[in-house]
Amino acid sequence: MNYWPLLGVAVIVIGFALRFNPVPVVVCAALVSGLLAGMHVPDLLALLGRSFVSSRMLMLFVLTLPAIGLLEHAGLREHAQRWMGRLRGLTLARLLIGYLLVRELLAMLGLTGVAGHAQTVRPLLAPMGEGAVEKILPMVTDADRDELRAVAAATDNIGRFFGEDVFIALGAVLLIQGFYAQHGIDLTPLSIALWALPTAIAAFVIQSVRVWLYQRRLLRRAARMRDEQAA
Amino acid sequence: MLRIEYAYWLIAALLAYTGLRNLRERHGWRAAFWLLLGALFGGGDYVLAQQAAGNPLPAQIAGVSVIVLALLAPRLHRQAHADGGDAQARLQSALRLGHKLFVPALLIPLVTLLVALFGAYLSIAGHALFAKAQMTLTGLALACVVALLAAARVARVPVRQGIAEGRRLLDAIGWAALLPLLLAALGEVFTHSGVGAAIAALASNNLPTGSALACLLVFALGMVLFTVIMGNAFAAFPVMMAGIGLPLLIHQHGANPAILGSMGMLCGYCGTLLTPMAADYNLVPAALLELRNPYGVIRAQVWSAVSIFIVTFLMMWMLVFR
Repeated sequence: MNYWPLLGVAVIVIGFALRFNPVPVVVCAALVSGLLAGMHVPDLLALLGRSFVSSRMLMLFVLTLPAIGLLEHAGLREHAQRWMGRLRGLTLARLLIGYLLVRELLAMLGLTGVAGHAQTVRPLLAPMGEGAVEKILPMVTDADRDELRAVAAATDNIGRFFGEDVFIALGAVLLIQGFYAQHGIDLTPLSIALWALPTAIAAFVIQSVRVWLYQRRLLRRAARMRDEQAA
Repeated sequence: MLRIEYAYWLIAALLAYTGLRNLRERHGWRAAFWLLLGALFGGGDYVLAQQAAGNPLPAQIAGVSVIVLALLAPRLHRQAHADGGDAQARLQSALRLGHKLFVPALLIPLVTLLVALFGAYLSIAGHALFAKAQMTLTGLALACVVALLAAARVARVPVRQGIAEGRRLLDAIGWAALLPLLLAALGEVFTHSGVGAAIAALASNNLPTGSALACLLVFALGMVLFTVIMGNAFAAFPVMMAGIGLPLLIHQHGANPAILGSMGMLCGYCGTLLTPMAADYNLVPAALLELRNPYGVIRAQVWSAVSIFIVTFLMMWMLVFR
């Protein structure tokens, strides 16, 4: 067993820990691992180039930028925030938990590409969430906005991840089934997907509770700020 | 027929435009970065076709280009975020346009959804409208074009301005846009150089194989750790399964394969929430949402990931050996 390629992992860990720019760190790690595994330089370069262009779909989100940029220039965020301010019943927690539910259900149906950070979080969920925070706090700082946006992004991720494993025809289930089939264990995709359901429910409950706690924290802070003003 | 390759050409065009605008504004490094990336996107299909035909030279050139991009990336300083127009004008426009602003924004998920659901049935004169491969993503690309046209109509500005806004956002995101592709390439290199096999060998050499609970714990934590390293639970799964899951848990301790596979994979997903290596879920959104801390999304996810992992592990422990 050749353990030297593991140094590539060490490059990653050290590079991220020291907060170097991740792009050269990642390329460095790839070169280190490949060379220490005894790959020839031309082969390694070809592997790097081929796998890079084969995953071009990962940059598809940039196509949303012109439309989103134009709408934001025309006041989309301002409108979403103001509209949230007028909707009395729609609290921060209800907004985020509702989004979590829709995102997770869509992912369960295999529709993961429909929502996402570029498609829905930046143009819609984040500004609406900021509007909801403004309903709670009398003064919203940049740090508050950053926290809200991070929570919105986390909610999107969690809904997507733990929903998609329940869908029978998507990568994860097929990968599991394929692995077992190679090793002589035959399972139907449905029997695998079904066992993802308990975690899907747990993830929904856990993230909902966390969102609710986040809202409670903001409410308490607002109450404290009002008390101080009254005193 | 609409294919995903057209989307790549659109991206290449946007990247080239971003590069040329930067060139005109004399941001040399930034221009070089986007132009080179645009060339990789435009030439990607040629690279893959030549590779399939047995000519590795274009792929090698692409590999060299990736290294050049890595050298250029640290020179791309995040732009001191220039907001689009002044706040007063945006508010005025928001008041004037109202809910009409939501229409193009909602068109992105809506058109994608329609293509995902019904794309397979659409055809013109007997030719299928969408290629089968990557139909949802092709739909997303189409949705972006439709939304841009609709947005330009709603805001009564030329489409050209949308492209300029897209360029502004792209410059604000900078090199973070590149990371998911690089990490996918790194995963390939790790797989080819046997990093996974080495880790699995290390783990199974130091394992108290007699205890079912200890094996299960090492398996679950191994899924998390390996996913944190590789940025992807799919890469971790076969390695941990071949090293621990199959020989020890299933064959020796009689674990239920369906439960072990499904919940083991989900343990890996908890790792995805924790790692900067899953750049498209954790670092790109931080850049896209203009967070000041690039690890802000991960920080917001830590306790969710830990709780979901604990719950999943407990359920797996109770169910898998029945």
